[in-house]
Amino acid sequence: MSKPVFVYVSYIASTPDKVFKALTSTEATGKFWFGNAATSDWRPGSPVTFHREGKLILKGEVLEYDPPRRLSYTFKPMHDELYSGEQPSRVVFELEQQRDQVKLTVTHDDFAADSKVFASISNGWPLVVSSLKSYLEANRVLWAPWYDKQAAAAS
Amino acid sequence: MIDTAKFKPKTVYVTYIASTPAKVWQALTDPAFTRQYFFGFAVDVEPKVGGAFRLLAADGSVQVRGEVVTWSPPHRFASTWRVEGMKGYGDLPACLVSYDIEPSGEAVKLTMMESHSWDVPDAILKGGQIGWPKILSSLKSVLETGKPVAMKMEGPPPEMKEAVRKALAEKPWQT
Repeated sequence: MSKPVFVYVSYIASTPDKVFKALTSTEATGKFWFGNAATSDWRPGSPVTFHREGKLILKGEVLEYDPPRRLSYTFKPMHDELYSGEQPSRVVFELEQQRDQVKLTVTHDDFAADSKVFASISNGWPLVVSSLKSYLEANRVLWAPWYDKQAAAAS
Repeated sequence: MIDTAKFKPKTVYVTYIASTPAKVWQALTDPAFTRQYFFGFAVDVEPKVGGAFRLLAADGSVQVRGEVVTWSPPHRFASTWRVEGMKGYGDLPACLVSYDIEPSGEAVKLTMMESHSWDVPDAILKGGQIGWPKILSSLKSVLETGKPVAMKMEGPPPEMKEAVRKALAEKPWQT
């Protein structure tokens, strides 16, 4: 069984600078990423953490920080025991200016062959990137219906 | 009527749009909308199962021709596709393109699936893998901002033309 790779491409009417800033800003990620705010000094080797309502959701290590072209970090979900046995995977964002728009390619790989995280991110990235596009183009964000389901299940 | 059970999804693209299912349905089936985001092509569809489906270029030439397989507004629209606008492609077996529209919170989840009835080489799938993110990114922009993301259709890469030529010579779907 080959190791899974997830690739998602979106075209955003924006500039590479703005897209790169949104991906690395605590304020912007907190908005478009359904409240998951990123914190890091973005030096290669430094930690990156995502907190939502004070809770650690995701952590990783910065691998590449090359504004405004390329960003990558390791990726380990922390919010659910389901994923606790897995090694960190890796996500790479590539930004390419094409006329008056940005081609954004998200490549997520380095999973174990039977990864549970893979199924989760395959659902997640289309919504995260759709929300990022809405945030930059229309100044609005989308929200994640699965958080409502989790909240309902927990109460 | 084609046997849809023989078709397997090969390329899937999901996007979430701040809109309503009715508007997304209109964007997929109304030529005034598709002209804005679908490389300038106008959709021309008979609104019933078995009806004719076409995508027309600005000069009226047929780019894609097919038959409606599912017509279930505003939830699911599927049709067969033969890409007649590119030399040789129209002689390949038709593929199946489906759109599923589901509410997702206050937004809409749109899932496009391109399915094939034969073991299509990756080089031929490349066309859709390049095209769908452009088309559906632009559809989302049209619905959310009123403006498409300007797109140019790229010609097929050389390895794709070669794969089509080889497939037409060997006709692997007949074995």
